[in-house]
Amino acid sequence: MHKKPDGRLVYLPGIDAHPACILIKNGRVIDPANNVDAELSLGVENGVVSFVDKEIPEGFRPQEEIDAQGMWVVPGLVDMHVHLREPGREDKETIETGTHAAAAGGFTAVACMPNTNPVLDEESKIRYVVQRGQHCPCRIFPIGSLTKGLLGEELSPFGEMVRAGARAVSDDGRSVHKSNMMKNALNYSKSFKIPVICHCEDSDLSAGGHMNEGPVSTRLGLRGIPSIAEETIVARDIMLAEYTGARIHIAHVSTAGSLRAVREAKERGVPVTCETCPHYFTLCDEDIGDYDTNRKMNPPLRSAADRAEIVAALADGTIDVIASDHAPHVSEEKDVEFDAASFGVIGLETSLGATLTYLVEKDILMPADLVEKMSLNPNRILGLDGGTLSKGRRADITIIDPKTTWKVDPSGFFSKSRNTPFGGFSLKGCAHATILGGAIVYLRNTK
Amino acid sequence: MPLAIKHLLGLEGVSREDVTLILDTADSFFEVLQRDIPQVPTLRGRTIVNLFFENSTRTRMSFELAEKRLSASPLNFSTSTSSVAKGESLRDTMRNIEAMKIDMVVVRHGAAGVPSFLTRCTDAAIVNAGDGLHEHPTQALLDMMTIRQRFGKLSGLKVAIIGDVLHSRVARSNAWGMTTMGMDVTLCGPPTLLPQHPRALGVRVTDSMDEALRDANVVMLLRLQLERQGAGLFPSIREYRERYGLDLDKLNKLPGDIVVMHPGPINRGIELASNVADSDKSVILDQVTNGVAVRMAVLFLLGGGENA
Repeated sequence: MHKKPDGRLVYLPGIDAHPACILIKNGRVIDPANNVDAELSLGVENGVVSFVDKEIPEGFRPQEEIDAQGMWVVPGLVDMHVHLREPGREDKETIETGTHAAAAGGFTAVACMPNTNPVLDEESKIRYVVQRGQHCPCRIFPIGSLTKGLLGEELSPFGEMVRAGARAVSDDGRSVHKSNMMKNALNYSKSFKIPVICHCEDSDLSAGGHMNEGPVSTRLGLRGIPSIAEETIVARDIMLAEYTGARIHIAHVSTAGSLRAVREAKERGVPVTCETCPHYFTLCDEDIGDYDTNRKMNPPLRSAADRAEIVAALADGTIDVIASDHAPHVSEEKDVEFDAASFGVIGLETSLGATLTYLVEKDILMPADLVEKMSLNPNRILGLDGGTLSKGRRADITIIDPKTTWKVDPSGFFSKSRNTPFGGFSLKGCAHATILGGAIVYLRNTK
Repeated sequence: MPLAIKHLLGLEGVSREDVTLILDTADSFFEVLQRDIPQVPTLRGRTIVNLFFENSTRTRMSFELAEKRLSASPLNFSTSTSSVAKGESLRDTMRNIEAMKIDMVVVRHGAAGVPSFLTRCTDAAIVNAGDGLHEHPTQALLDMMTIRQRFGKLSGLKVAIIGDVLHSRVARSNAWGMTTMGMDVTLCGPPTLLPQHPRALGVRVTDSMDEALRDANVVMLLRLQLERQGAGLFPSIREYRERYGLDLDKLNKLPGDIVVMHPGPINRGIELASNVADSDKSVILDQVTNGVAVRMAVLFLLGGGENA
């Protein structure tokens, strides 16, 4: 049991260690896969959902009762884009601290990117991450690298990595520069029914840049990363996906032009999905203010017009997934001149709150849309079996409190790092409880 | 009347009153510099650190001389290594120097925003001597002082700033400062050396030198870094000189009272022909002289010295 100063509480029984018999009553069950959105009771027994009903079955004797009055009971949330830094940079984050942060943020599963040290580019390294995650309060699905060492030269062994538990491949952090290599990777991925997750960035166009190229970079005298650095590779990778028939998922979309390309490709039937991150729909390049390095990430915060297009694409369904791109860095990598600061911000503990505050509270997304983008769609894209609350399914459940307003205090984070762009923000809504395989792994202390 | 600003980080957002006060004070220090003993005791006992992370000879000399003319004690710290290279972090460098009890910091750094970063590391007043592509405010102030000496005013004058605007902190500071003072600024260069989003600077931008020079009272040429050619930003010195260099032919077509400026060091025969640089239209050496007076004024006003 871990206590934090702000009174939150986490039980750490390990995955499926102590499934309890739980009754969640009076909550609004939102399960878009089954077209359910109603006030229902939900029972958990032996690690699975035993009933979802108006009536509590006779003879049901729960060990734990959660009164979810005014709350939403939804399939466990999945963050399909996080950096857990282990192995290699355990000073920034570990699989343990990262999954604690995930559980506290309402996530029952995360997919972690392979740009660790060493890179997750072979079976044994994938196996290491899977094993390290076994006694953590959140499931971990590793993403294997697309090319060995992320160097863009040789294919990683997709088959062996998938056998060890990898659910996707990606060279996140950079694009595969050689188009022919990317074409080969896409073709090869088809044998394993896994998505290729594309970090879209033309490194020639972005070279030397530290923030979005635009009026703000001109004013601040910072070298710019133009939107076309992202958009040209989005367009290329979509064309390659169409040509090869492989399934791609565009990571952290940040520009209006990328969305135009994705929207047009979807209309044509290209197998493409995409994600954005909370910072892209809440902030823009103007928020860098006085060289705030906690607002520095890659791709960078774009213009206010881009942000408006991101919001519109979340509403119209062009964007399938909200992921955090949780990227922990130690303070000495951020408390430096802007040019020298590392790219990346953390997000596991603010992602749900920011989405509720900036999208659901403003009626841009309905609660069911949030469940699709933070649970159902990432489950489907990664080929996982979660994302619904059908009877008999594994009880990975998030209980969302959509009403409580809280202040983001980085010092209270479970994450090892503090590089959030939302420090001091007031967010409305948070995870009330996280249930993993029928065990309560996180319960917010409301006293 | 004191300055509204506590640090000189840039000219963006600095009021007309503050700029005028600095220029008026600089004029009186200019008089001091003409005396037999060109020194005043106003900052006696103050220690000013010249923190130069980027190579600079003339700006550092100009600041150091200004400090000595004010009877302050300069302390020079020069290094080409920043925290990017393995070494001490900028915050630690600043905290260490502050621990030696210093009063003001003059800083030049290759990264934009460093002067502002330092205000969060120390209580000392910070003067920006050039940060990345961001600003070089004392250069713009000395430019305006020089123009005011020639014309007796700033408001209403037209200035053409020509060259590598994209990489020029001098152009940025002048755009802010001169606009604040009611001047009409045009930035000019090949499209590859102009900012992609120049409107942020609130001035006119053109790739036509003819258009920039039309009705100009002042023409300022910027130094062309020759390595930009290798980066594919312009094709050849010859073509650059023809399109954006100022030679005697072009000069002779301009009004008789045109003033030619350059922040230095000059690439003779590239952006500026030698016979133009040395002509009576050129005020380039006045700029250098005025640089000392303007820096005295800035240090004096921010350092809380007594009346000049």
